Amino acid sequence: MFYRETGQFKTNYSDDRAIFPIAQDRYGIMILLAIAFFVIPFTVDDYWGNAIFLPLLIYALIAMGLNVLVGYCGQISLGTAAFMAVGSYASFKLMTSFPGLDFTIVVLMSGLITAVVGSLFGLPSLRIKGFYLAVATLAAQFFIIWLVNKVEWFYNYSATGQINAPERTALMFPVTGPNAPILYKYFFCLIIVVLAALVTKNIVRGRIGRQWMAIRDMDIAAELIGVRPLTTKLSAFAVSSFLIGMGGALYFGVWLGAAEPTEAFGIDQSFLILFMIIVGGLGTILGSFLGAAFLWLFPIAFKNFMVDSLGLSTAMSEHLQIILMGGLIIFFLIVEPHGLARLWQITKEKLRIWPFPH
Amino acid sequence: MSVEFGFFLETVISGLMAGVMYALVALGFVLIFKASGIFNFAQGVMCLFAALTFVGVQEKFGLPAWLALPAAVGVMILLAWLIERLVLRHLVNQDPIILFMATIGLAYVLEGLGDLMWGSDVKLLDIGLPQGASDYMLDNFNLYVEKLEVVAAVIASILVAALAVFFQKTRVGRALRAVADDHQAALSVGISLNTIWVIVWSVAGIVALVAGIMWGSKSGVQFSLSLIALKALPVLILGGFTSIPGAIVGGLIIGVGEKVAEVYMGPFVGGAVENWFAYMLALAFLLVRPQGLFGEKIIERV
Repeated sequence: MFYRETGQFKTNYSDDRAIFPIAQDRYGIMILLAIAFFVIPFTVDDYWGNAIFLPLLIYALIAMGLNVLVGYCGQISLGTAAFMAVGSYASFKLMTSFPGLDFTIVVLMSGLITAVVGSLFGLPSLRIKGFYLAVATLAAQFFIIWLVNKVEWFYNYSATGQINAPERTALMFPVTGPNAPILYKYFFCLIIVVLAALVTKNIVRGRIGRQWMAIRDMDIAAELIGVRPLTTKLSAFAVSSFLIGMGGALYFGVWLGAAEPTEAFGIDQSFLILFMIIVGGLGTILGSFLGAAFLWLFPIAFKNFMVDSLGLSTAMSEHLQIILMGGLIIFFLIVEPHGLARLWQITKEKLRIWPFPH
Repeated sequence: MSVEFGFFLETVISGLMAGVMYALVALGFVLIFKASGIFNFAQGVMCLFAALTFVGVQEKFGLPAWLALPAAVGVMILLAWLIERLVLRHLVNQDPIILFMATIGLAYVLEGLGDLMWGSDVKLLDIGLPQGASDYMLDNFNLYVEKLEVVAAVIASILVAALAVFFQKTRVGRALRAVADDHQAALSVGISLNTIWVIVWSVAGIVALVAGIMWGSKSGVQFSLSLIALKALPVLILGGFTSIPGAIVGGLIIGVGEKVAEVYMGPFVGGAVENWFAYMLALAFLLVRPQGLFGEKIIERV
């Protein structure tokens, strides 16, 4: 009843090809964007911005990147955190080498650099498939982290081996460094994430995206009907790494402000992001957002609940949290292997005829 | 024998021994992958969990080691049964990646559970395995060889031999091989998949226990034990996911390669190459042979 498309006629082809062909979807997304742009920034304080909304946006961006590779192109990757590290270190080197450079350009260039590195590590995918490839991507994970740890040039020979984000501006607004106001940071991330989501959505429903999906569903058959595995797989790696690299630049530059390779880009990060897209839904853009939100908010909420309300010790609540986390993942996989995005779709179908049975 | 050559030999031997330890972990992966097509990421945590249980029952209930061993085996079998009941049974016919993710979830659960039950401090595991250098090798060949590693190698060979007999000669082993070959055909001749899965996860659990005890007596039972799974992965892809000899040979190659690289290449690039060298080695190898050393040849049809 709420979700009927009855009476919404399309009179030309471009209406038919719109991203949101149904009016309810269009209004819904507009309302969401309006809230994100006009309500959230003026109501949240520093804590909420830094602990909830910034990481949410950044993780959603990174999850989207991984979803392109795993969800759309079917190449399992366990090296996400390493590509985040490439983005972070690229942005760090760009920021310190060219102090006058606008941060927007820094982010884009970090994305491009990561795309190049990502394509390089995507080359084995032409020979190796499935779990063999998944393990091979771990090579990227360990090698890149080792490299940025060992080669001092990457962290400008600092004594601690840490990298710290200097203060830089995007279009005259300060967005990085300790003194940048949360409002600017939030807007900067939001704009990048919304644009990236729009572009990615259009890529995946276009020619390239269809090629990715063909390769994912059956690579040999795809090859036989004329999809080139080389360009298709490498473009998936490039686009995915581009998004992850931008996310890495934001992760380090805007959100963390300082990073130490083994902690900020450990293998746990790679798994966290993989969980996000599995729980959110493989092969959906919406799923990346839902998954990021769920896996970021749930542990925080759970910890607050356990420590504040039940008075458990932090160590105890950490153990319980990790058990519950694993249990939830298994539960999700059993109940809905296609993730939260699929649940939303089911809800929509239900709402369409609700409250009538047919 | 010149000093350099002796040193090289020592490096190779210690690499071989480390390789045996990796192979022990990789063996658990292979067993489960063969029988159910599940890439069990929780194998490393299972090692930790088994070792924790083994130490835990000794500490908490004061059991002697010879009683703690069957107790730990019992816990691992119970665990296998629970996993089959609660997880695998509901995930039949799902994509391999879904099953893989489920085992990562399982790894989290086991990790938290182990810590919660037995505490997260580092525990010493001492069941009287000999420690220190072997005097015999030191005196006769002037080589430094850890006794513990020799024991590990012997136990690993016994384990592999036992597994080989189990798989080739027993009724259950034959059923396991049938399932590995073809699930549906196995079902149609009356083999119960659920039972087989419980058995194979139990066997993997016992292998994990052995690996956990060996690693535990080497470096104490602590969280980092679960990370040896990450060491076993390159072994696995090098040897091939479905091959038990592959796990052994792969383990030896990785163990030697890693040690030699650390000693002879490490100083030039700043050390700690052990972390990634195995992966690079496996990756380079896979480019030549995508299914690993002994893996089944991948035949693709539309």
